[in-house]
Amino acid sequence: MRIGVLAEQWPGERRVAATPDTVGRLQKLGFTVVVESGCGEKASFTDAAYVAAGAEVGDPLQADIVLGVRPFPFSLAATARRGQVWIAHFWPAQRENELAEWARSGATVLAMDQVPRITRAQKLDALSSQANLIGYRAVVEAAGQFGRFFPGQVTAAGKVTPAKVLVIGAGVAGLAAIGAARGMGAIVRAFDTRPIAEQIQSMGAEFLEVKIQEAGDGGGGYAKVMSPEFIAAEMALFLEQAKEVDIIITTALIPGKRAPILVTEEAVRAMKPGSVVVDLAAEMGGNCALTVAGEVVDVDGVKIVGFTDLASRMAEQSSQLYGVNLCHLLDDMTKPDFRVDMDDEVVRPMTVCHEGAVTWPPPVRPPSATAAPVVAQPKPEAPKAPVARAPKRKKSGHGHAPAASTTPRSTLSLMMLPAAGLTLLVLSPFLPPAFLSHLMVFVLAVFIGFQVVWNVTPALHTPLMSVTNAISGIILVGGMGAMAAEKGSMTSPTMIVAALAILLAMINVGGGFMVTRRMLGMFRKES
Amino acid sequence: MDVTSLSTAAYIAASALFIRSLGGLSSPETAREGNTQGMVGMALAVGATALLLPQATLPILAVMIVIGLTIGAALAQRVAMTSMPQLVAILHSFVGLAAALVGYASQLGGEHPAGAEGVIHSLALYAGVFIGAVTFTGSVVAWGKLEGKIRSKPVVLPARHALNLVLVLAVVGMAIPYAMNPAAGLPLLLVMTVIGGFLGWHMVMAIGGADMPVVVSMLNSYSGWAAAADGFLLQNDLLIVTGALVGSSGAILSYIMCKAMARSFVSVILGGFGADEGAAPAPAGTGPVGEPIATDVETLVKELAAASSVIIVPGYGMAVAQAQHPVCALTKNLRARGIDVRFAIHPVAGRLPGHMNVLLAEANLPYDLVLEMDEINDDFPETDVVLVIGANDIVNPGAIDDPSSPIYGMPVLHAWEAARVVVFKRGKGAGYAGVENPLFLRDCTRMLYGDAKKSVDALLAGLST
Repeated sequence: MRIGVLAEQWPGERRVAATPDTVGRLQKLGFTVVVESGCGEKASFTDAAYVAAGAEVGDPLQADIVLGVRPFPFSLAATARRGQVWIAHFWPAQRENELAEWARSGATVLAMDQVPRITRAQKLDALSSQANLIGYRAVVEAAGQFGRFFPGQVTAAGKVTPAKVLVIGAGVAGLAAIGAARGMGAIVRAFDTRPIAEQIQSMGAEFLEVKIQEAGDGGGGYAKVMSPEFIAAEMALFLEQAKEVDIIITTALIPGKRAPILVTEEAVRAMKPGSVVVDLAAEMGGNCALTVAGEVVDVDGVKIVGFTDLASRMAEQSSQLYGVNLCHLLDDMTKPDFRVDMDDEVVRPMTVCHEGAVTWPPPVRPPSATAAPVVAQPKPEAPKAPVARAPKRKKSGHGHAPAASTTPRSTLSLMMLPAAGLTLLVLSPFLPPAFLSHLMVFVLAVFIGFQVVWNVTPALHTPLMSVTNAISGIILVGGMGAMAAEKGSMTSPTMIVAALAILLAMINVGGGFMVTRRMLGMFRKES
Repeated sequence: MDVTSLSTAAYIAASALFIRSLGGLSSPETAREGNTQGMVGMALAVGATALLLPQATLPILAVMIVIGLTIGAALAQRVAMTSMPQLVAILHSFVGLAAALVGYASQLGGEHPAGAEGVIHSLALYAGVFIGAVTFTGSVVAWGKLEGKIRSKPVVLPARHALNLVLVLAVVGMAIPYAMNPAAGLPLLLVMTVIGGFLGWHMVMAIGGADMPVVVSMLNSYSGWAAAADGFLLQNDLLIVTGALVGSSGAILSYIMCKAMARSFVSVILGGFGADEGAAPAPAGTGPVGEPIATDVETLVKELAAASSVIIVPGYGMAVAQAQHPVCALTKNLRARGIDVRFAIHPVAGRLPGHMNVLLAEANLPYDLVLEMDEINDDFPETDVVLVIGANDIVNPGAIDDPSSPIYGMPVLHAWEAARVVVFKRGKGAGYAGVENPLFLRDCTRMLYGDAKKSVDALLAGLST
């Protein structure tokens, strides 16, 4: 199968859907690659580099699969053929009017912006891979506009106070911005309506909170619409912070809708001259009231950066990451032959047109363990890292028991107990009472053993074995019992056998307890 | 208060203390305390029983206790943590032998009650000796295999299942004449002991190396049941309680191990497993084709230095190469650079349940960095580098996506979801199960051939410069 790589036509777009490196990967998957001449030029990939990687330079529109970054120009819909697969960002919610035309061509169109937020799809989540770069670049742009150092320093020429950065919306881009700003030495604060203090703190930022308690998680990694009281409190917080911080980076986007205004004109005017606002939502109207898309505006000394091409400003890197996302997608769809599987939980939601029909929006699936529940009207505030890099270290040990414990115990009690009970009932008249009472002790001890041992943390299974070794040395009590019963001489066979049993059992007692002690002494917690 | 009720009170206390010693193992913090409670319980039990003994026997008892404790303590002090499986196995054999001997002592003592009680007495004696014999020879073979004194490869006799069945039926059949006239039953008991010993030997001989976690925990269970049988024989509730605790503990461990290898519990308890491996040759030519890509220490040093999260998957190979100390030094080095390093432990990694945890603890690694499979499996996609050290089958993606794989269905660590997987491997052979590992051919995988310890040492040297 042939893959065609388009040269991007969007103004200012410098990225490309495949790099010489990803061309190599695609060939490994069994595809041949045709690139449009000059497609990678702005990302510093020459045609020669593509050819060296094994691609041909030619007409990508003739290929079976056409790859792009930005939404395909509408004019191309006329050239699409039945059976072709077109993959790029599409933003179907904003281009509903184009869908019919694309569908008429019979081609399949996959939208990289519709990748579902499930674990399996993380490796092809282009929004996340690009947001990560954008967050970083936002800090770099802010630093470029900012007239001071980021880190605090005490120099011979005087003391420098560290820059204070506020990041609003701690999704992938926000977390990346926190990391970059921290790395440059700034003091970073961050705000998010979702309860993700841990992720923010793990990146080294302070988590700002409003006083009102309200759960802000709208499912699917998006924030939900907050109450008017909450929004008022939030705005008051931002205004307060604006007076104090040097740099504000806003990352609040709602797919298909105007971005919410979070930094008002009043807040901008409250900022110190020389401060910087970087508005990552500029293309969608901006989170700051004074943002002008694609430009830097100066409002009484406060610079508001509204660049819409931050990913393109790092075109080499962003193309590579996006290209790898595409490779993963194509790899997933090649099993063993490339096809569009409408039953696939990743491919289905991405497909906006297929075999002549508009297939967007996808049917709502019942919420599953992996997919977050669908909310009626999600008002996403920031795309969230599907699973953020935050070290979400779970408590060791206890996680194991609940899942594992149900099956054997319930099977045991359901199947065995009635049978055993019945047998006992029938036999009991013939059994000596002493035996029955011992049997009761035995059965109870087995149950206690099951309960207790299921709670043993798997990390301590070896000590469990050695400690059971030790206590099973209790068999020496049996040897002693035999000794006590023996009325004969000290050298009778019974005596010798019993003594031997005691000796062996005692080796267990000594060895088991000592080695358990030695092992347990080694287990230490990180201080 | 007479001596008997005093000893009964002590037995109750000892039982409670034993339960607490197992319960304490729910977390490392409480485990040490639990172990001490176990010791106190044992001392109480021995002391209380000694009160019932005739004065004349006390010196013998004391001598035996001192010798036994000395040997045990010496073993415990000397054993290397990599040899824990051997120690545990040999201790099982002692319990098994002691349980059988207690049965014999009772037989030779010559007091056989009459009636229903007599039948129960005889049957408990018979069962205790049988389970003890099976445990004894089985554990000795397990010890030999772990120690390398017996070839680890499964030894399969012709018609082994039929043979086992006939022998078990013979043992059950002989129980009837024995119970009818136990006083004259010594020859029957001896024959049965020989058969039991053979069964234990035969059962474990037929099981190979990597299945040892199941074998050892199964023998652990058997040793408990043997003690419980002796408890019925001697009408001693403490023995019954302790035997039941140990028996159910071992049974749970083997259940967990079986689940981790996608085998059935019943087939393991019968010793009927390992047969599939022995009979079915590794599928040839059906696996993925290609050549794994090798890497070198310099490249890996760069990759590690650039990573922000690393997961280490240790296996038996790490224990064999004694690489746990350098691996932990590597962990410290990387963590000092701000890299998040964690360990992912598969339940059957190593030759003993929890073996890897003990090795890492020995190398002074904080246990909160060591996570179980369930806890960490979802984190692989956000991991930059996974180091697979001496493990193979437990990271085999074929277990999930290849129904023709012999280990299909076994839960495995999803190492391949990480950006980069580096497999430390001695040579190019297949894993224990003889299964080709498609992980080695994945795009993200690189192989680092050579002795694991030397490779990790070289990595450390590379990172330090």
